[in-house]
Amino acid sequence: MRVVLAEDLFLLRDGLVRMLEAYGFEITAAVDNGPELSRALRELRPDVAVVDVRLPPSFTDEGLQCALAARRERPGLPVLVLSQHVEQLYAQELLADGTGGVGYLLKDRVFDADQFADAVRRVAAGGTAMDPQVIQQLLARGGRDRPVETLTPREREVMELVAQGRSNAAIAERLVVTERAVAKHTSNIFAKLGLPVSDDDNRRVLAVLAYLDTR
Amino acid sequence: MTGTPQTADGTPGNTPPDGPPPPPVTDTVTDTVTDAAPPAGPTPAPTPTAAAPAPSPAPLSNGLAAAGLAAVRGLWLAVSGIVAGTVLFSLTAVSIALVPVLGIGLLTTPPLLAAVRAHADKRRELCRTWGGLAAVGRPYRPLPPEARAGGPGGRARRCLALLRDPATWRDLHWLLAGTVAGALPALLPLALPAEGVFGVLLAAGLWEPVAGAQDGGVYWYAFVPVDSQGTANYAALLGLGWIALGLRFGPALLSLVFRLDAVLLRPTRRAALARRVARLQQTRHDAVDSSAAELRRIERDLHDGAQARLVAMGMSLSTAEALIEKDPAQAKAVLAQARRSSADALTELRDLVRGIHPPVLAERGLADAVRALALRLPLPVEVTAEVPRRLAEPVEAAVYFAVSELLTNAVKHAGARRAWVTLRHVPEAGLLHAAVLDDGHGGADPARGSGLRGVERRLGQFDGTLSVDSPPGGPTQVTLDVPCPAPGGPR
Repeated sequence: MRVVLAEDLFLLRDGLVRMLEAYGFEITAAVDNGPELSRALRELRPDVAVVDVRLPPSFTDEGLQCALAARRERPGLPVLVLSQHVEQLYAQELLADGTGGVGYLLKDRVFDADQFADAVRRVAAGGTAMDPQVIQQLLARGGRDRPVETLTPREREVMELVAQGRSNAAIAERLVVTERAVAKHTSNIFAKLGLPVSDDDNRRVLAVLAYLDTR
Repeated sequence: MTGTPQTADGTPGNTPPDGPPPPPVTDTVTDTVTDAAPPAGPTPAPTPTAAAPAPSPAPLSNGLAAAGLAAVRGLWLAVSGIVAGTVLFSLTAVSIALVPVLGIGLLTTPPLLAAVRAHADKRRELCRTWGGLAAVGRPYRPLPPEARAGGPGGRARRCLALLRDPATWRDLHWLLAGTVAGALPALLPLALPAEGVFGVLLAAGLWEPVAGAQDGGVYWYAFVPVDSQGTANYAALLGLGWIALGLRFGPALLSLVFRLDAVLLRPTRRAALARRVARLQQTRHDAVDSSAAELRRIERDLHDGAQARLVAMGMSLSTAEALIEKDPAQAKAVLAQARRSSADALTELRDLVRGIHPPVLAERGLADAVRALALRLPLPVEVTAEVPRRLAEPVEAAVYFAVSELLTNAVKHAGARRAWVTLRHVPEAGLLHAAVLDDGHGGADPARGSGLRGVERRLGQFDGTLSVDSPPGGPTQVTLDVPCPAPGGPR
């Protein structure tokens, strides 16, 4: 799987390259600024891009803007955005086109190399990887009279994992239950929230995220 | 006060009180002017400026109305000016003269000067509301603390402090010169038409008794000797001239009066500078204080937080190193612990950074930073922003933290269910305007809440102002105005 990586801090870039290579990814380019990232995305056509939000030369959200521009040019281009902080505002912008293949994670998540590599693979396959903090923030806002409040603690746990973009199999493994049990939970959740049931993992994630995002 | 909104909000638990499940409240973050009407309440209403006499020649009725208004107002100005002016001036002069006489004046002068200032303030206000002039500043020096004390000692000190203030003497000067010199032009808008009408009445037959009552049978109407119907007709002609003059120039005369008052009542350059220096001293003091406190807080947070965690992490790592061969399982547990420490350190640093300068602000500027902030809050906040992407960085940060504090207040203290934030940059005025409105239970008082005071102090460093409108029962609207020139260009 061919990866373009953009991260301006040498230590982190180097670490990410080593880690991703250890997990069998092929790093086609590791760049440290916005213009080079844009060029790499256009010319190398990677399977997935791993991008730091803040990049030189402007040190603003240049990485995010490059990623969004590349996705406008090539819809569905898988992009995993990394940041020192997560903002729902950025998550909304990444999810706005509704095509999937989007990840948005805190840099801390790199600590768990297995899960991080899994997230990269998921995004590359057109799936979603939302940081648990984004989901927590979405759940924290809003009134008490939302149907979300009617979920049982277990259902809520499952829903958070669904919203992060995990498949039923992954959720089952994580919660140490059978896949059947997870499927039952998810159909309950969708019924309670009044969402259309979908077998497509990706559409399912987007539905939950969109649901949580509206009040 | 009883907190009914909260209980009504809290108790129903799972069941939505009425209607379809999603409340009709969306977290629309718009760039356009909001269409959801905020609750009836403090709209930024313009200050009640009475129709300023604008001498427009267009419709005759308007001109007549303006002239009539000018005549009435001029009469009031002249009468109140002459009466209050003479009484206050003579009493104050006597009182000040009595200061050396057993100190009697020390006791009587402060209340008299307070009355003088009230009279002058009333006139300053009229300059704005009736005269249509820009607000006339108050020139008075603040009283030193020892002069605010009660008792005869405090009163004597107050008197001396007042007498040392040049503005006091300028007020007295205004009482004398302003009211006497101002009374004549103030009376003219009424006197001219009145005298004109009298001239017309002379021609209508009044000349006979009037002239007859004079010695020699001649009545001098201005420069016209009236002793017959023919001469009375001349008087009427002149009278019509007076009326025309009065109607045409009455409003202008009145505005002349106001301009004279404004010149005499506004702070002198010297006084304005002195006030500016005092204000700068105060705000600089606040700035130094708050930045010292801020640095201290950051130092403590780093020392007790991230720094300690890194130490713990280092220890865990060296423990793991020692254990790795003897007891790999134990070493693995210690390593996991080290990883947790590093994650915690990161979280703490992230929170700290957010408190120093939020990353979104650095990446996106004020409007998006406030939108991101709004998304973080547990209540729907509608953000309307008309600001350029980048403004002066210190102002951006100050306004961001001010809005953040105000929204936190709305959640924590006002029990608000919704809030609205408006940000607007007015390049012509070089002003950044922000307003935070919430539907909470109001009653916020800047004099009591240390939060609002802190916001005011921080904005003061930029010559910004804060005004709070928060009647008991709500809603609360807080508006900020901070001088902020247009940015030189995108950074």
